[in-house]
Amino acid sequence: MSAPATTEVGEPVLEVRDLHVRFQGRLGLGAGLVGKKAVEARAVDGVNLKLFPGEVLALAGESGCGKTTLARTIMGLEKPRSGQILFEGKPLADLKKYRRRVQMVFQDPTAALNPRQTIYESVAEGVRIHGIGRASDALTEEQMVARALSRAGLRPPERFYLNYPHELSGGQRQRVVIAGALVLDPEVIVADEPVSSLDASVRGEILKLLLGLRNDLDIAMLVVTHDLGLAWTIADRVAVMYLGRIVEIGPAEDVLTRPIHPYTEALLNVVPEAGGLDRPFLSGEPPDPTRIPDGCRFHPRCPEVASGAAKAAGVEAKCTGEDLGLERFRVEHFAACHLARLRAATDTEPSDV
Amino acid sequence: MSLLSVRDLTVTYRTQSGPVPAVRGVSFDIDRGEVLGMAGESGCGKSTVVNAVMRLLPPKAQVTGEVLLSGEDVLKMKPGRLRAVRWTEAAVIFQGAMHALNPVQRIGDQIAEAIVIHGQSGEREALVRVGALLEQVGLPPRRLNDYPHELSGGQKQRVMIAMALACSPSLVIADEPTTALDVMVQAQVLKLLNELQHELGLAILFITHDLSVLVEVCDQLAIMYAGKIVEEGPSVKVFGQPAHPYTSALAGAFPAIGDHRFRLAPSGLGGDPPQPEAIPSGCSFHPRCPLAFEECPVTVPELYPAGDGRRAACLLVEHGARVGAQP
Repeated sequence: MSAPATTEVGEPVLEVRDLHVRFQGRLGLGAGLVGKKAVEARAVDGVNLKLFPGEVLALAGESGCGKTTLARTIMGLEKPRSGQILFEGKPLADLKKYRRRVQMVFQDPTAALNPRQTIYESVAEGVRIHGIGRASDALTEEQMVARALSRAGLRPPERFYLNYPHELSGGQRQRVVIAGALVLDPEVIVADEPVSSLDASVRGEILKLLLGLRNDLDIAMLVVTHDLGLAWTIADRVAVMYLGRIVEIGPAEDVLTRPIHPYTEALLNVVPEAGGLDRPFLSGEPPDPTRIPDGCRFHPRCPEVASGAAKAAGVEAKCTGEDLGLERFRVEHFAACHLARLRAATDTEPSDV
Repeated sequence: MSLLSVRDLTVTYRTQSGPVPAVRGVSFDIDRGEVLGMAGESGCGKSTVVNAVMRLLPPKAQVTGEVLLSGEDVLKMKPGRLRAVRWTEAAVIFQGAMHALNPVQRIGDQIAEAIVIHGQSGEREALVRVGALLEQVGLPPRRLNDYPHELSGGQKQRVMIAMALACSPSLVIADEPTTALDVMVQAQVLKLLNELQHELGLAILFITHDLSVLVEVCDQLAIMYAGKIVEEGPSVKVFGQPAHPYTSALAGAFPAIGDHRFRLAPSGLGGDPPQPEAIPSGCSFHPRCPLAFEECPVTVPELYPAGDGRRAACLLVEHGARVGAQP
């Protein structure tokens, strides 16, 4: 029943290496004059990530974890402080060419579409910017727009050409946004919460569409979401982000049913389920990227530290004092947790690596 | 006698392009200490029901039916009586805590205002009560001196809950209380509401578009579509074994992780929820229904018994067919 994991085979289409993105906080004039320094938010704080051709990778985490910043930086919408983004193995040089092949779908279709442009104009914009679809090209502009609209499920496409966004439903508008991303035949789509602004009964159809694009056109997708249920329905792999770092990544089935990191477990615990609220929830507010804790960045909220389990195992000092990166636990399943590492090392049960 | 009994409520908005029916005959009861969840998508009329119960609708809305609060019809109350009943008998936790608080007033004063206006105590005692209320919703009492911008989203929502509880109502209406919140904070707020409900014996009418949230906190569920309740009954039954095809589709939008029926198989409905000004004939769900047959566009279904204390407005249920959960 499990899907073939398209993990770690061949060359990644998109790769992120040790990426750091920081935002400068604002400071009042007075405070600046007396020499105070504005606080800096480390929104993305050392992320390594590979996206393989034709795979759907879900990037999950709570608000403020840096997932949207990471997606925007990949799109070239934010400037990284340091680190590299590679497309087909080469560092980004020509952003315009890159944007033709890596497209973004935003959260709110109503905000993403110009209310005074017809659907045709909205979808054709990318074609015009890139100066393709002229008479000499294989496809005319109209053919490209028609193909994109029908691939996005708006059929017959001609029927929608002269509509304005307000004449369409929320689901149709999101299809127009997706058509706009498809019109240039991209290799990669980065989708930021693609269904969270849609009605529940409409979401499934849009997810079906995205999954179909992967299956039919082999488009790789990075889907940013706070909803692990969504990751379960469409993702091949899941990456969990906390305070600017990926703390766990692996095949979706494995990460979602056998999580390694306590934070992933906590995220799974808040997915609503029948039978009440007796599960343990993390307390406290979403973490603050201007004050990243020392050691494992999750330790102040970690239930394993709070319950004394980390202390009993003798790793508490490491949890509070030693930063750590991702380590391999199972087949293509990585996590960054001192306690899990210790448990895996002392486990008599053979791991399935 | 039920604490809240809504009988055949209809709300029609008069607009320039003609009457728009938002609620088309809704009846439900909430007993003391009971939690009823009402779910539906945008435009299904669920927020209009809230506003009708509290009589907060604009004058252009035409309301018929009865809203009996402890046996007294809210729709027929005189303004003075209505003011007395609001807050003390029924209070609302509005959606969008971010915007419901006055940004230039300390939160303690905002909560105390309701207590003082309702003459429950003087200003000084009111602040003592506010401190206790904040503690009850999990905030340190000293936060009463804070302004809204000093609080996070989850904390503001807690303030909204404290405000609703200020005059010890027996019914609380929570209109999308967790919608704008982050997943972690949402779980905390739900847990708080759940605890308060048990502690204080509150009755809650819980409105949201997120069916999965309701299953956690509600005893009874009512599913709304196009201004009507299309299914109602014990929440675990309604969510787990839906009798109406719409409920079934809605439940499918909130897949259980680990359930292989949903793995790489998103399920949804074609089409969109109908606009209130263009509601389809017969069963209003028929254009989107995967099981629709000849009779559906013609006959308006009523709520038929569907077993296990449930009722569903589907002709298939009337004919005794099982709709069941669809993957």
